[in-house]
Amino acid sequence: MLKMSNISKIYQTGAVEVIALNKINLTVEEGEFVAIVGPSGSGKSTLMNLIGCLDIPTQGEYWLDGQEVSKLSDDELADIRNLKIGFIFQGFNLLHKLSALENVELPLIYRGMNAKERQERALRALAKVGLEHRLHHKPSELSGGQQQRVAIARALAGDPPLILADEPTGNLDSVSGKEVLASLQELNQQGHTIILITHDTQVAERARRIIRIQDGSIVSDERMG
Amino acid sequence: MEFWQAIRLGISGIMGNKLRSFLTMLGVILGVSAVIILVALAEGSTQQVSERIQSMGSNLLSVSIRGRGNTGYLSYEEVLKWEAYEGVSKVAPSISTQVQAKFGNKTKDVNIEGTNHSYHEVRNTHVVMGRGLTPIDVEFREKVAVIGANVAKELFGEFTPLGEHIKLRGINYRVIGVLESKGSTIGGSSDDAVLIPLTSAERFVGTRGIRRVYVQAENPETVDQVVAKLTEFLTDKYKDPDNFSVFNQTEMLQTVNQVTSMLTVMLGGIAGIALLVGGIGIMNIMLVTVTERTREIGIRKAIGAKKRHILYQFLVEAVVISALGGVIGIFLGVGIAKLISVFTSIAIKFSLPVIFIAFFFAVLVGIVFGVYPANKAARLNPIEALRYE
Ligand SMILES: Nc1ncnc2c1ncn2[C@@H]1O[C@H](COP(=O)(O)OP(=O)(O)OP(=O)(O)O)[C@@H](O)[C@H]1O
Ligand SMILES: [Mg+2]
Repeated sequence: MLKMSNISKIYQTGAVEVIALNKINLTVEEGEFVAIVGPSGSGKSTLMNLIGCLDIPTQGEYWLDGQEVSKLSDDELADIRNLKIGFIFQGFNLLHKLSALENVELPLIYRGMNAKERQERALRALAKVGLEHRLHHKPSELSGGQQQRVAIARALAGDPPLILADEPTGNLDSVSGKEVLASLQELNQQGHTIILITHDTQVAERARRIIRIQDGSIVSDERMG
Repeated sequence: MEFWQAIRLGISGIMGNKLRSFLTMLGVILGVSAVIILVALAEGSTQQVSERIQSMGSNLLSVSIRGRGNTGYLSYEEVLKWEAYEGVSKVAPSISTQVQAKFGNKTKDVNIEGTNHSYHEVRNTHVVMGRGLTPIDVEFREKVAVIGANVAKELFGEFTPLGEHIKLRGINYRVIGVLESKGSTIGGSSDDAVLIPLTSAERFVGTRGIRRVYVQAENPETVDQVVAKLTEFLTDKYKDPDNFSVFNQTEMLQTVNQVTSMLTVMLGGIAGIALLVGGIGIMNIMLVTVTERTREIGIRKAIGAKKRHILYQFLVEAVVISALGGVIGIFLGVGIAKLISVFTSIAIKFSLPVIFIAFFFAVLVGIVFGVYPANKAARLNPIEALRYE
């Protein structure tokens, strides 16, 4: 599914260089459920952004689905994000002026899908996360857990092979967090590759593989079961 | 499909902040309506002035003798010879003076014009009732009068004046015709005139001789030629060019048109600047909008929006604001111009091309001033945009 070799990300802030990622080598196969853990500032989000093609590495090669990503143009990266990747963020990142349904439709709009098919798909995705009764609610009219489920619906509406979640439960109470996690596990069982960032060791234990990062380097990589 | 989507997104962006969108639009609305109002007023006045000049007669020249030196004024025979000049159509001499006209116990101050049969055509004053002057009236010094519309109304009211006698300085004149009403025109209205044969008017003026002659050229092209010929004749007779003048209506019309079209362009230009200022307002607000919505742009990019999606979205927003402002401006401008003309009786004339130009200029302003903010939005880095608070 994806392969990183010698990936580094260096931020230049004034005169100071911050090495956020230092020569990462990582391979993820299709259908895996990977948890990335590590202390704050260790480079987890940076790694996730690179995996998700939101950012490009300073050094190294990144192959996604047989394509070398660091050489692609902005628009080609946008296409990859649209077709192959579903994002779930800690802060939900929904558009607050749009309804739940419209938020879920958004990635499909940028895919150029016609209105009818788009709506059908968005409805199915919302039904999957149990929000078929909240279609026309704005994010501000939903609970945190419901908002995150809208975000999950948005991520899976386009049926992307890879779903990335950066601390999806970080802003939720434990009950909502469990629901979100259950949704992710279900998606994994349906064949989606899932990469999840978390601080919570209990959450991480649900994954079948745990990668630990410290100071921009992978310090351990364990597979379970 | 993508296009309509962009328009939908743009409109929803505008609806998301109605008050601000309206205030932004206000610059365009005022600019467009200012263009329409000012040009309508300028063109309306132009038309009114030209119509008044043209109502004096077409291809008209008028000759006035100011000082006669030792040669005397013009004689009727002399003047009639001008009709033989190439390019001249008709010649109408005029002897005029103010007198009081009386009918029964009613009086009115009128402007007597002693002239001939050509006057009606040369001065474009047609008879609506009865008949006009004829050569025979002049030849036999008939005491007949063709009266202006106001004179007829004030002396006779509802009665028909034909065949009645009016008194001019104690002498009875038989009314043979009534002139069509023309309203106010440049150089006195024919509505207050009484036309009588040239020969019988001579008694009203102390001195004999003609001091004013109206000459009609055959067509606009021969006007200059006729002016030259008349000037030659008059110079020959009076020597000093200060003693006479030849007024050229066509030239005056051209001058008026030149001046007023310059005025139209100037007013339109000033209003155009207002539109431009409106455009700067659009750019200003769009820049604020882009900054405010940085996070939104980041989210859109994260889920797959390309540069052009974002560009179109913000560009459409700018263009919809300016186009909507343009449409509202057209209605407002037309409405205000109409109100002005109703309440002040200033003539207005709407020019469709100007309305279209104002509208498309507004849209163009929207595009030009929308491109920079939209492009700025489109080029945002998704990660930085997402992180923006
Ligand atoms: N845009 C940036 N400019 C400069 N430095 C940055 C930037 N983004 C991240 N960094 C630095 O890179 C390092 C890794 O950041 P990152 O966000 O990946 O950490 P993280 O593991 O996700 O932390 P957390 O668990 O708190 O979210 C940090 O030291 C951070 O200061
Ligand atoms: Mg992080």
